Amino acid sequence: MAWFSEAITERKKTKKDLWVKCKKCGSHIYADEWKKNLNVCPSCNYHGAITSYERINLLFDKGSFKELFDNISPKDSLNFVDLKGSYKDKYEANIKKTGISESVVTGHGKMNGIPVVIAVMDFRFLGGSLGSGTGEKILQAANYAHDHNLPYIVFSASGGARMQEGALSLMQMAKTCAGVARLNRKNIPYVSVLTNPTTGGVSASYAMMGDINVSEPGALIAFAGRRVIEQTIGENLPDDFQTAEYLREHGFVDSIVNRKDLKDYLTNVLSYYNR
Amino acid sequence: MGQEIDNIVMDEPKVDEMKKKNKKENASWNIVQVSRHPKRPILQDYISHIVENFVELHGDRYFSDDKAMIGGFAEIGGQKIMLIGHNKGKKTNENIERNFGMAKPDGYRKALRLMKLAQRFNIPVVTFIDTPGAFPGLEAEERGQAEAIAKNLTEMASIEVPIVCVVIGEGGSGGALGIGVGDRILMLSNAIYSVISPEGCASILWRDAAFAPDAAEAMNITAKPLLKHGIIDEIIEEPGEGAHTDVKTVAESIKTSILKNIKPLQKLSIDELIQSRFEKFSAMGKFTVNK
Repeated sequence: MAWFSEAITERKKTKKDLWVKCKKCGSHIYADEWKKNLNVCPSCNYHGAITSYERINLLFDKGSFKELFDNISPKDSLNFVDLKGSYKDKYEANIKKTGISESVVTGHGKMNGIPVVIAVMDFRFLGGSLGSGTGEKILQAANYAHDHNLPYIVFSASGGARMQEGALSLMQMAKTCAGVARLNRKNIPYVSVLTNPTTGGVSASYAMMGDINVSEPGALIAFAGRRVIEQTIGENLPDDFQTAEYLREHGFVDSIVNRKDLKDYLTNVLSYYNR
Repeated sequence: MGQEIDNIVMDEPKVDEMKKKNKKENASWNIVQVSRHPKRPILQDYISHIVENFVELHGDRYFSDDKAMIGGFAEIGGQKIMLIGHNKGKKTNENIERNFGMAKPDGYRKALRLMKLAQRFNIPVVTFIDTPGAFPGLEAEERGQAEAIAKNLTEMASIEVPIVCVVIGEGGSGGALGIGVGDRILMLSNAIYSVISPEGCASILWRDAAFAPDAAEAMNITAKPLLKHGIIDEIIEEPGEGAHTDVKTVAESIKTSILKNIKPLQKLSIDELIQSRFEKFSAMGKFTVNK
């Protein structure tokens, strides 16, 4: 029967490669079209996940991006082991799988001719969790922006702090915000782009601290998880609760911008920076 | 983050059940039990033992006065300070009124308002950390729990007076850190400080909250490893079985430790103070630097 299961696997593989199923509306979209549409569903405008490098390619003028601090990767300083194995094995597998060494890619370059420093989180890497390496890169990039008087942009996509690093990961919230504070003191603009999802410790630190907070349509932005809140208050929550639209309505997000328009939006805002 | 509520609603039988189910009783889990002991001294106990002339200040000036977070002018051993802290209760009615020490955005905004006031008056800030976590509720999200905590983390980095933080019980995640960015971080020997509650971590990584003791041990949430990792600066030893057996002695130790730690900070210029606070938090975390 080997030939049969092989054939099935082969068929599944082809099917998977050819079509993408939208997580929101369930439409099947031809993979090439999905990609051409920047991983956004053409029928419902659901903004699907996008890798750091895909995002960078989308934003930066051709050939202008220079990666910084890519020598930083996680460390299993607590020798953390859970049911599924060690943290070290987990992040090593993630490095292999994603080709990046932490949950954020940092660097500088030009967007429509405007020089900026950027940090782009990648949800594929341990759920975009905020580990010590992540915090270090985000701070280093902030320091680079500080020292070079350049605007700083951070794209967040994260489930929150990285439990496998214990309180060391919690402290990354304070560490990254200390970097933001330094930019504030020097009056250097910091723009935060909150993408799906931005939750927990990341929402409760640098992601919410933008001088301007921008989000993609429908992005989940939350401090506590929906299930936890429902348990706490004992009732169901509104459908749009903790979406980008909900946050804009409550005054925490300036604007919701489609992925394809983000580059022009960001550079338009930064064109007002006059120092 | 965000799972902190689990342990609040947990009743005694469930704790027993969990203990039975758990394979590995361990030292960390014992400390978790002591930190949550029903008789564990709370901020109000320490205020009555070591604080004189407490002038409580109310309200965040935006929405409400959060009773889970209290603060005001205070004197400790003749030193004038701005005291801020999570306000748990002991009796059920107290805990309901104070929301079990789980502050809403209003609480964090009140805390920040008082820190800015301390800066205006040029007196040190002393914060007392004791919370299962920031309140995970509808109105907390609606009014920006994430923003309120983030704002405190950012602003505390630039407050121009010394900040000393004391973890006296549960240091629950972002809700603890929201008043925990200081020049010196002190911690009682049976307190815990954690990125997520052991129950929350266990239910995610072990798929079962009953593995909380294992999660507690794995996450290094007790004072000794936290000191080793550079997250806290000093451990304040508790006598005997824990702080609840001798509140007076613990209160005196806290007082001595606060005064001792404030002194050298007061000699620093504003620039030195802020620079050293920045360097302190910049140095936190452990990662690999590849060639």
